[in-house]
Amino acid sequence: MSVGKVTFTKVEREKLAEVLWLLNWISVVTGAILLGMGLFLKMEIQKWQEVMSEQGVLYVPHMLITTGLAACGINFLGGKICLDCADTNKFLRWKLVMMPYVICTFFFTACILAGALMCYSIRSQLEESLFLGLRHSMRYYKDTDTPGRCYLKRTLDLLQIQFQCCGNTGYQDWFQIQWISSRYLDLRSVAVVDRLRNNVEGKFLMDSVPFSCCSPLSPRPCIQQQLNRPLAHFNFDQQSQHLNLWRRGCRQALLDHYTVIMQSISLVVLLIWLFELLVLTGVRYLQTAMENVIRVGDPESESEGWILENSLAETARSNFNIIKNLGKCYQVDDDPNIDVPAMMAEQEIKSEQVQVQRTS
Amino acid sequence: MVLLKMKFNQQRRVRLAQGLWLLSWLAVMCGAFIFCLGVYLKTELLRRDEVMENTEIHVVPNILMMVGLASIGTNWVATRVCQDSLDASRFPRWKVLLLAWFVVAALLCCLLLAVVVLSYALQGRLEESLKVGLRNGIRFYKDTDVPGRCFQKETFDRLQMEFRCCGNNNFKDWFEVQWVSGRFLDYTAQEVKDRIRSNVDGRYLLDGVPFSCCNPASPRPCLQYHLTDNRAHFNYDYLSEDLNLYSRGCRQALTDYYMGLMNSTGPGVLSVILIQVSVILSLRYLQTAVEGAMALENPEGDSEGYILEKGVKETFEEVKVKVLTMIKLAQVDPEGVPDEAEAEKAADTATEKAASPTPAS
Repeated sequence: MSVGKVTFTKVEREKLAEVLWLLNWISVVTGAILLGMGLFLKMEIQKWQEVMSEQGVLYVPHMLITTGLAACGINFLGGKICLDCADTNKFLRWKLVMMPYVICTFFFTACILAGALMCYSIRSQLEESLFLGLRHSMRYYKDTDTPGRCYLKRTLDLLQIQFQCCGNTGYQDWFQIQWISSRYLDLRSVAVVDRLRNNVEGKFLMDSVPFSCCSPLSPRPCIQQQLNRPLAHFNFDQQSQHLNLWRRGCRQALLDHYTVIMQSISLVVLLIWLFELLVLTGVRYLQTAMENVIRVGDPESESEGWILENSLAETARSNFNIIKNLGKCYQVDDDPNIDVPAMMAEQEIKSEQVQVQRTS
Repeated sequence: MVLLKMKFNQQRRVRLAQGLWLLSWLAVMCGAFIFCLGVYLKTELLRRDEVMENTEIHVVPNILMMVGLASIGTNWVATRVCQDSLDASRFPRWKVLLLAWFVVAALLCCLLLAVVVLSYALQGRLEESLKVGLRNGIRFYKDTDVPGRCFQKETFDRLQMEFRCCGNNNFKDWFEVQWVSGRFLDYTAQEVKDRIRSNVDGRYLLDGVPFSCCNPASPRPCLQYHLTDNRAHFNYDYLSEDLNLYSRGCRQALTDYYMGLMNSTGPGVLSVILIQVSVILSLRYLQTAVEGAMALENPEGDSEGYILEKGVKETFEEVKVKVLTMIKLAQVDPEGVPDEAEAEKAADTATEKAASPTPAS
């Protein structure tokens, strides 16, 4: 009992082949779109690579890029095959390639689905990566003279200006680290020494933030120092405090930015997956219909096409048996022409036993 | 003496018509491109409208938009002419229109050339406009509670951050203006009173700049206040510190940006001019060749195509005479008899002159 059996006349087969040829070419274009989206995502992630702790996030764009390239290749080949399938003679050329081609397309379609789901699932990993990366960057903000870290200050300043955010979770994160380098601290001054002695690690901590946290929307010039003491500034009321700096944390800002990008990409990838599924189904029908035509022998006759020859359970069982027997190719079987010393030994033992019984 | 004569047989005429049809559609796309260029330039200028005092520079995108639209229409007419040119029954109705078409197309080319020239020539005016606009922006920076000026601060801060500039000519422009509003000054504090008393107008001037002047590429945290006082900051020298703030003035930054925009559109506009000129010349050849063929007994035979029937000077003289007669015709009615009397007098003097030599000879 086949799954999804449909009967095709010769005209219908030719029509199916033409339609599939066109769909395969459209799939080449969608494959290129997939490639483009993968490259775009890679570029976006690499732009702010310095504030992410590990590069594990890059496997998503890499997956999209390879799937896009594979899509272009497979569907290009599929276009050629489908064009030839309209004619029974030309189909014979591709007969042996068809089954592997269908299996490849099936796996590659599964990869597309995996790519789409990955885009959704990566959010938590990204958040962790951003949290650690931003904490690391803020800690080394002051090290503009250390090779390898000298651009972290600029990157972080530009990040805060562009994404309109401040700190990791909020602006108070800057109060917990020393972001002013010792090169610019007068270590002979009493005030500085007091601050250094104030905490266990000997860091110069202040209740102030860098200039890049300032919001242009504030009606008053930006207040960066003594943020914990609003009375130190004239007329610094609640509303002024609210508008003075950016309130959002950079982790949240970057996460939102990447979530929007990934969600739109995964939506497009899902649509492409549905389209590829349609193409796969059509190719499977075409393959089975053409094979049945050749089996019948008459190119003009009707033939049947299906998705699976037997029901789902039987196909699964037979495939499982094939895989099981793949490992058994070196084991003995019942061919009488093969010399089987083990059986002869058994017969000898049996005859001895019979002889013993007879004698006893 | 015909200018640039070329022979056309039937096949060449057909090829010319087809090629010109394609070229005209290309010219239509170029017209659309010029229009989009004009729109883009205008949007960019309007975005920074608040720091420009006048809108003289807007003439460049305005002309571009107008020429773009006119060019789309003109070249579309050229495609219709090409389509009808090989059909002897439909071509004659375009005859009257073609002269007007040539005039309009030539005018469009001249306007495009003028745009290229203007975009260089107006640089001085743009700088003047920016100078006054930015000065006002700095002056009204503090007035975030005055309706109509409350967004100056935000606009200016964003401008300085985006274009990486500070002040009008440089950051010292901020030292001459009170950019901290009186609402946030504690008038009882001694420092504030000193500063207000130190200048004639009673303004709170300080040697400090807003945060938007800060340069993120500086290795040290930004120093905004007490910039001229070396002792106010550790390890700081006012004269040698160049990375702390943006060194460029916003007037220079904006002028460079807009000049860069207009210069990069220069080659595009010049190639559009070339395409339009080739359309004009090809259409002239097609018109003369087809008209010549239609005048022959055998319309499929060879004909000549040319740019001008007579030489350049003679055509110019003819056109001058035509224009003068048209002007004179327009003036005949109001002046009436005196003109005729003058003409008679002229005729008399001519006959006298003719008569006078005879006694001598």
